[in-house]
Amino acid sequence: MKDSLGRPLVAVTGIGTVTSLGFGTAENWAAIRGGVSGIRRITRFPTDHLRTTIAGTVDVPGEVAGNPFSSPERVERMAAFAIGEAVAEAGLGVPGAFPGPLFLGMPPVDVEWPTRLDLTRRANAPGYPGFVAAAAGRHDIYENYLFGGVGERLADRFGTRGAPITLTTACATGASAIQLGVEAIQRGACTACIATGADGSVHAEALIRFSLLSALSTRNDDPTKASRPFEKSRDGFVMSEGAAALVLEDYDAARARGANIIGIVLGCGERADSFHRTRSNPDGTAILGAMRNALADAGLRPDQIDYVNGHGTGTPENDRMETFGMRAVFGETPPPISSNKSMIGHTLSAAGALEAAFSLLTIRDQVLPPTINYDEPDPNVPLDVVPNVQRPARVRAVLSNSFGFGGQNVCLVLAAEPS
Amino acid sequence: MTREPVLITGIGLVTSLGEGPEENWTALSDSTGTPVLDTTGFAPFPVHPVPALNLDRQIPKKGDQRQMEPWQRLGTYAAGLALDHADARALVADMHLVVAAGGGERDIALDEAVASELARLPDHGPLLNERLSTGLRPTLFLAQLSNLMAGNISIVHGVTGSSRTFMGEELAAADSLRIAAERLAEGRGGIALVGGAFVAARWDMLMLYKPGGVLLEGAWSPVSQRAGGGIVLGGMAAFLVLETQSHARARGARALARLDEVLTDASRRRRPGDVAASLTGLWQRMAPRRAAGPLGVISGATGALPATAEEQRFVAGLSPEAVRTPASRIGHGVEAAFPAHVALAALALFRGAMPGLLDPADTGDAAPASMLVTGVGQWRGEALALLSGVAP
Repeated sequence: MKDSLGRPLVAVTGIGTVTSLGFGTAENWAAIRGGVSGIRRITRFPTDHLRTTIAGTVDVPGEVAGNPFSSPERVERMAAFAIGEAVAEAGLGVPGAFPGPLFLGMPPVDVEWPTRLDLTRRANAPGYPGFVAAAAGRHDIYENYLFGGVGERLADRFGTRGAPITLTTACATGASAIQLGVEAIQRGACTACIATGADGSVHAEALIRFSLLSALSTRNDDPTKASRPFEKSRDGFVMSEGAAALVLEDYDAARARGANIIGIVLGCGERADSFHRTRSNPDGTAILGAMRNALADAGLRPDQIDYVNGHGTGTPENDRMETFGMRAVFGETPPPISSNKSMIGHTLSAAGALEAAFSLLTIRDQVLPPTINYDEPDPNVPLDVVPNVQRPARVRAVLSNSFGFGGQNVCLVLAAEPS
Repeated sequence: MTREPVLITGIGLVTSLGEGPEENWTALSDSTGTPVLDTTGFAPFPVHPVPALNLDRQIPKKGDQRQMEPWQRLGTYAAGLALDHADARALVADMHLVVAAGGGERDIALDEAVASELARLPDHGPLLNERLSTGLRPTLFLAQLSNLMAGNISIVHGVTGSSRTFMGEELAAADSLRIAAERLAEGRGGIALVGGAFVAARWDMLMLYKPGGVLLEGAWSPVSQRAGGGIVLGGMAAFLVLETQSHARARGARALARLDEVLTDASRRRRPGDVAASLTGLWQRMAPRRAAGPLGVISGATGALPATAEEQRFVAGLSPEAVRTPASRIGHGVEAAFPAHVALAALALFRGAMPGLLDPADTGDAAPASMLVTGVGQWRGEALALLSGVAP
């Protein structure tokens, strides 16, 4: 079956998820439908002197208290769980030999403080010349922090084909990974692939860096109330961890093997912003462009979108701009929009993939997940945000928004299987 | 989907030898030329530094320059050179962008001060928080983020069609070119900007590569003369403007070469010969598209063993008319190496001549009809790009 532009239709036949709410899609989706928050006090490292002391951390099995995994180790483990769950659901290939490539969205990584301090203690000379000399023979450091390291190990473990592609488009990363996978199937480069987004960046330096940009909520007293997308008293996003993986498959090939079709990735749209490193152009050009490009790519009119899975970070700026985009694209009566981030926080490189996964489950179960912590409406955000409780609804098509630092915006259209 | 030919219509190139295609071609055409090296600043590691750039020419706003560190500035500068070379400044709004990125610079002085203060304290966590909270500059985070090189190219040059950043050392560079070209060939846009940048003169980069055991230490020598192998990192940036043939013809753009195909793979490298086998497999898929006539090779040999030895064996097996090894003159530029080598291949086809001999093992001379660029990652990733000449 072809889409409106004559390209092979792309089905989703497997979903895997990890969030601060748990490991596994059934557990995560039940908690999200139930409006449960995964945000908590950080216990992984001391939080003295930090403006923000909460996050949506994921406790990865095997971690030893006081000796946390590095970010790439965390990303690899969470992504491996999500991919494993997705591949098992899809029932495609045999274990260790998946018949298609891997697209991995993840954050950039860097040698972290425990390693740097360890090398300092071993060094015979001060400063970087000493660290570098002390790192001789430490192939573990090299392989852990090479940008291609995590992708290589996941490709090896799951036996994916060809070169794995690792990418980052900031907060749009997960959506970009799906877009690359969709394009690969559309061009006939493969009939199946794995698209993953994963992030595990909650360590002191990363938290401080986001904090210095004034991007994070400082509502530390009641962590579960801190992430407040679209709400009047919102004060920033909550940094979180997680992973999602989708098995994408040529629709006809999936049908031919009798696979269960969870949904369709009907369209992808992107547009870069040239305005500012952390802010959108006030004229909304890039956000609007990404949303409209996704609709056009899907061959849908705005009135055919039943629900929007918002970027909804809970920063004053994002939610205002997203509201502007909603009104500009959909007019006076935009469809309902809700933010998964109200419960799981901003999972950064994983967000676009997790939110695509939950958009597909929204369609499967015909229910809109809520935006929790919606206590007082913001008069500048005149949107139906599905406040606080889930809502049954007829949903055939969902627009999922991802807007990133650096002006990288990606929107996806997820849809029900054609009847 | 139908496939349309993809042309290279602009090159932005900075290496230790200079900036721009002309200056680099002139330097690389001199078989007796010598590399530009810094052998003391990062001893025992020799590195090829990039020349001082007149940033105002490509990044006119001082505010933009201040928001970046050298790595992002270098890439943004070279991207601008490519736009100028392609005469494509007016086309940036719908131009697609794919960048191959490493990480941006850390604050070396802060790292050193904090490490020396904290390393021997029993409970350093709270103090680490305090030192980083007061010591880190907010702008440094953005200067470090890998996707912000692309972000800065959008902001400074206005490239906004789309923006993607690939990570993963040498392989990221080859895949960024592959994906950018495939998207154009199948009709997703008419013009794209693709490339990467690498700053070699950085202790934080040496911190990443030294533990891999891949770096040459001590006296410099060309790749073929390094007994135990070893990489000499080279600062460079290379961006290419790619265009569909119809898009280029419609605006009367000058075509430097046709990019026939880019293929990549990632062998697990468990056995000797796996790298060569991977390259051979790629070549078998690619060879039918080779233009008739002399074949020139730009070898992506990095110096890392055993990858470089297997790459050289593969190249020798093709019996090409000419082979050049740029790493022996400009060093290895990781994410920037593959696009830089493709740029040299395009220039060779446009000028109808190979660059000069760059390594004692380089051979042959010919006016090439097609050029093969090899890319073999120091740890993972094998890639080939095939180019052919276009009628002026």
